[in-house]
Amino acid sequence: MNFDYAFAWSIVPDLFQGLLVTVQVVVLGFLLAVLLGLLLAIAQRSRLCVLRRLSSGYLSFFRNTPLMVQLYVLFFALPLVGITLPAVSTGVIGLGLYYGSYIAEAFRGAIDGVPAGQWEAARALDFDSATTWQRIILPQALKPMLPVLGNYLIGMFKETPLLAVISIPELFQAAKQIAGMTYRYNEPYTVMALMFLAISVPTSLLFKYFERRSHA
Amino acid sequence: MFFDPTAVETARFIARQLANGALVTLQITFFAQLIVVSMSFVIALMRLSPWRVLRWIATVYVEILRGISALVLLFYLFFILPLFGISLSPMTTGVLGLGLTFSAYGSEIVRSALSNVSRGQRDALQALDFDSITAFRRIVLPQALPFMLPPMGNQLVELLKTTSLVSLITLSDLTFSGGQLITTLGQQTLIWSIVLVCYFVMAWPMSWLVKRYERRVTSWRRSVAAEGAAS
Repeated sequence: MNFDYAFAWSIVPDLFQGLLVTVQVVVLGFLLAVLLGLLLAIAQRSRLCVLRRLSSGYLSFFRNTPLMVQLYVLFFALPLVGITLPAVSTGVIGLGLYYGSYIAEAFRGAIDGVPAGQWEAARALDFDSATTWQRIILPQALKPMLPVLGNYLIGMFKETPLLAVISIPELFQAAKQIAGMTYRYNEPYTVMALMFLAISVPTSLLFKYFERRSHA
Repeated sequence: MFFDPTAVETARFIARQLANGALVTLQITFFAQLIVVSMSFVIALMRLSPWRVLRWIATVYVEILRGISALVLLFYLFFILPLFGISLSPMTTGVLGLGLTFSAYGSEIVRSALSNVSRGQRDALQALDFDSITAFRRIVLPQALPFMLPPMGNQLVELLKTTSLVSLITLSDLTFSGGQLITTLGQQTLIWSIVLVCYFVMAWPMSWLVKRYERRVTSWRRSVAAEGAAS
């Protein structure tokens, strides 16, 4: 099996289109996941028993089932309840719901890490709970979260090939299509793997740099 | 109560198919976990070894496998290796691919647990002139195990969930059976929801056990810390 460099070079533009879709889905899904994770983590600390229960139920369900099957259900169930979205949005929602449950756990850890004295001081100074969260707890909890969030971002990026199963035209799908049309498997998959590395390695280095700077 | 006989027949058909699939899923999880545990220890010990070459090889192994997603690795093994004249059965490919991917993460868990064993213990081992195998088996491992088990357990749950990927390389696991049922019966939402619940039923008891064990281990640690602070 030989590796045809000219062919590999000729498929780069097609794969690049796929890469753009991948990056778009990951960034939007990540934002949704962080928002959802934050809400779930705050709900875990709520005084209302119902909210705590709901949040725990959500976490254990989404953490104990595979993302791929969740995507299938979303893809087929959303139209049934009258929501028809393009596949890309379904992908964003699927990734967001799934990773939200993981990021919630990370947020919970970080929030638990804020010393109890901070809560007591906020109570003593008679801050209402919104101010306590916004101005006291979250700023302290978020700083150690950064490297963890970075790991999840890279993890999400690596999970995106899964989105091909619900026909999103992302990088993996693009590679598969080229392979299917030309019967050449070596070049598309290799170029795809290189593109994945080209994104995930710099992101990883960037977050390492952030981490070092926040420790300094 | 009246049951429609065809509906009962269909329900039994669905249950049988999914049970077969679930069995394959559990098999893959089991064999892949064997690879994960053994490779994790090998790679972790290589990373902690005094020889630079071994450390270097292990680092490359971990970085590469962590950089490539499991699905891409499975496709690589399944479609590219035959082009080089190595064909593996789908089952071997699935077990190997998942085992290798997860061993890269597992080796980090083992490594951090092993290096968590305190410096004093190591010095004592040297002072008492233990040979390295006895030292590892009797002193280091028993102390590292409580640190290692909870993350390893969580990883096992992840592995179980990730086995759904092997349906894409034509292995008839739970997800694949779900897909097959849909081609014969339709009813996408219903069947995918049942599949989802099946995974949950398999994974949740494991997560629960891990959580319980973790709480027990850390409560012991916490009480020691409290005593230490009191004295």
